[in-house]
Amino acid sequence: MRTYRDLKDADRSGLGQQIAAQRQRVAERLAGVRRIVAVMSGKGGVGKSYVTAHLARAIARRHKGGWGVGVLDADLNGPTIPRLLQTPVAQQRTSDKGVEPAIGADGVKCISMGLLLDEGAPLAFKGPEAESFVWRGAMEATALREFLGDVEWGKLDALLIDLPPGMQRYLELCDILGAPPPVLTVTIPTPESRDAVRRAMRAARERGSDLLGIVENMIGVELKGSAGDELSREFGVRVLGRVPWHPRPDCWDRLAVVV
Amino acid sequence: MKFLCVDCDQQMSFGERQLPGDGTLAATFKCPKCGRVVAMLTNPMETQLVSSLGVEIGGRTVPAQPLENVRKMVATGREDAFEDGKRETGHVQWSPDAQERLGRVPNFVRGMVKRIYADYARERGIAEITPAIMDTARAELGLEGM
Repeated sequence: MRTYRDLKDADRSGLGQQIAAQRQRVAERLAGVRRIVAVMSGKGGVGKSYVTAHLARAIARRHKGGWGVGVLDADLNGPTIPRLLQTPVAQQRTSDKGVEPAIGADGVKCISMGLLLDEGAPLAFKGPEAESFVWRGAMEATALREFLGDVEWGKLDALLIDLPPGMQRYLELCDILGAPPPVLTVTIPTPESRDAVRRAMRAARERGSDLLGIVENMIGVELKGSAGDELSREFGVRVLGRVPWHPRPDCWDRLAVVV
Repeated sequence: MKFLCVDCDQQMSFGERQLPGDGTLAATFKCPKCGRVVAMLTNPMETQLVSSLGVEIGGRTVPAQPLENVRKMVATGREDAFEDGKRETGHVQWSPDAQERLGRVPNFVRGMVKRIYADYARERGIAEITPAIMDTARAELGLEGM
């Protein structure tokens, strides 16, 4: 009996071509983005979204009159970017071309599941509940792809992608973009954070991402440790900024300069 | 995905796709030589897995809509999350029954659904969308739940 590759007629479903078309749509959409940066950490609760939002605002202020800055909130299950960017809850305007991003403080464009969900509602998908683990990951990756490819980002100086804890979304992002994005790592000073972030940085480097640097968040008297410096030495990347518990605006402005 | 008629050693041709609305999918394939037709039947989990990738068995019948899968698949979407209708929808009319039926579609996805039906009608020179037209479009385009 002949097998798949022996049959020369086209596969009518063309699933491979459909996937390729999806990738192409993302590539075309992001053609006007000068730089994509994934903000990640292997650890939850280190303030990735907080750093992302304030850094985006600072870059936007610094490049006032430029192309602009965008934030894609890839934390689909715990979206916080709209609140951090003080984005008003409003309808997302759609057209043939795509969905217009929301506009937050300092003119930062953003898209987030937080803009689309019912107030306080968890992200839930339609579909069979039994064995939902089989398809839920694929659905979340599809949502990420649509955020990248269907939002009218236009021309941007930078698009920051706020990743959730763990590595899954980062790997999905690499696949969707077709190349591993540069990574900005956020940690807090503790050894526990150092250990988790180390794994993430190692995974990102092995995947081929350029490690842009480290932001050490929540420094001060409460959290003990020197995760930033240790990770910096281990990976040979700079600590680009240290953010205290109560940062002043110039802290973000300085970080925007080095980033 | 390809189907082979083993007796004839012929690749079978895609026939039609049906989405009965219970989460399952049926797709038929026909042998061009002997005419034998087989149906591929997938259960809800299998169907969901494929649709979660944003692809369609049998090929796409309508162009991808912005945030199409988010709008179709998110169950907890805010009713007024999207503002649609920024597009010229031509002179297609909606019968009262069709309007009533469209009104039962959740707001989160309604604008997108309306656009797809309007495109379907306009491309075929249909002046008025009725429930019967919606049924036909739904079957032809594979618009489960729309």
